[in-house]
Amino acid sequence: MLNFVDSVQEAVAGIKDGSTVMIGGFGNAGQPFELIDALLECGATDLTVVNNNAGQGDQGLALLIKEGRVKKMICSFPRQSDSWHFDAKYKAGEIELELVPQGNLAERIRAAGAGIGGFFTPTGYGTMLAEGKETRFLDGKWQVFETPIHADVALIKALKADGKGNLVYRKTARNFGPIMAAAARQSIVQVSEIVPTGALDPENVVTPGIYVNSIVKVAGSGAGTSTTTEKAA
Amino acid sequence: MSTATTLQTSTTPLGRDELARLVAKDIAPGSFVNLGIGQPTLVSNYLTDEQNITLHTENGMLGMGPAAEGDQIDGDLINAGKIPVTELPGASYFHHADSFAIMRGGHLDICVLGAFQVSATGDLANWHTGAPGAIPAVGGAMDLATGAKDVFVMMTLLTREGASKIVESCTYPITGVGCVTRVYTDKGVFLTGPDGVTVRETFGCTLEELQELVPVPLKAAA
Repeated sequence: MLNFVDSVQEAVAGIKDGSTVMIGGFGNAGQPFELIDALLECGATDLTVVNNNAGQGDQGLALLIKEGRVKKMICSFPRQSDSWHFDAKYKAGEIELELVPQGNLAERIRAAGAGIGGFFTPTGYGTMLAEGKETRFLDGKWQVFETPIHADVALIKALKADGKGNLVYRKTARNFGPIMAAAARQSIVQVSEIVPTGALDPENVVTPGIYVNSIVKVAGSGAGTSTTTEKAA
Repeated sequence: MSTATTLQTSTTPLGRDELARLVAKDIAPGSFVNLGIGQPTLVSNYLTDEQNITLHTENGMLGMGPAAEGDQIDGDLINAGKIPVTELPGASYFHHADSFAIMRGGHLDICVLGAFQVSATGDLANWHTGAPGAIPAVGGAMDLATGAKDVFVMMTLLTREGASKIVESCTYPITGVGCVTRVYTDKGVFLTGPDGVTVRETFGCTLEELQELVPVPLKAAA
């Protein structure tokens, strides 16, 4: 069922210790900072987090890692110039890493949402990231078996929602939002605007509301604010 | 792509920008292209309007324009290197699974990547040094290497220590098997594939001098 909630705190209140949490965003674009801050505040720990990266700078996912709430990261590109909180935890052996080629990460998330039990892909064949995985020669190429990534919860940032939970995104901030919304058992979405049902052109809806469970409006998280370096109110 | 089939020689090695200009010239009109982070990004400076090239960035866009400056900077509009960019008329946005389907489904004509090493048969190593304690990060490298119709590598031929980066077989962890079709370096352009390495052009050296640097048999383009 779709809920419109009044605060990010209320939106994340049901997230339990030990949950697998997908967090949208590529770098800072589309990263739902306010929902992540609320997750940090609510105290849930022992989390497995699925994101492309492992946090940038001293905000969002990086803080969740710094505070020791993340047991395991599933991501494609953890090491960046400003991933110091992840780097420190990893070197101290305090965080587990499942490194996944970016296209496999996206497709494994998509597979979970689409009810696909696994798929073969040439990506990674012959590399150390495919070690121990089943391979087959299909369609003229060696391919590697990959499994879906499911999640208890997805935290997503979109631009607008309507009364049915239909979502539109903005530019490259869309990234993982649509596939994570489908893959998670519960999708929590922060938007900068809630518009009346019927105000979004059905031809342009990107994520249909069937994939969405909770929507919270976050002031000041609108267009082009992905570079925000301070917490929004 | 360049139609030169016989060995060409110039008198001086190529700088990074000259190499980028050469790669740009070799991209066929109308191509869909992904330029990797770092040196390959320079190629975009030399693509002409007449070539009508569409650039893909794997975070979810076709029709990427030049880097954004001043008021153009928009945190929601970045490239795979997380640099603010611009959109060109006719651009499109899509989610990550669609964006990687563009690569993995064989729809991209060319990707241009940097490399640590390329083997004689086109194995690519560009994602991980394998050094003890190094934190691995792969991003889209394996998808690009495996999915694009042509994989061009841009790199210096030699390491700082003077070792050839074109090798019999890669000592760094590989990104993809037999995926590289062409290697652009400061000292020459190499075509790689199942039949080994062919030299298309040399810059500031002869084929014989190049052969002394590279530990795999080199054939001249005939």
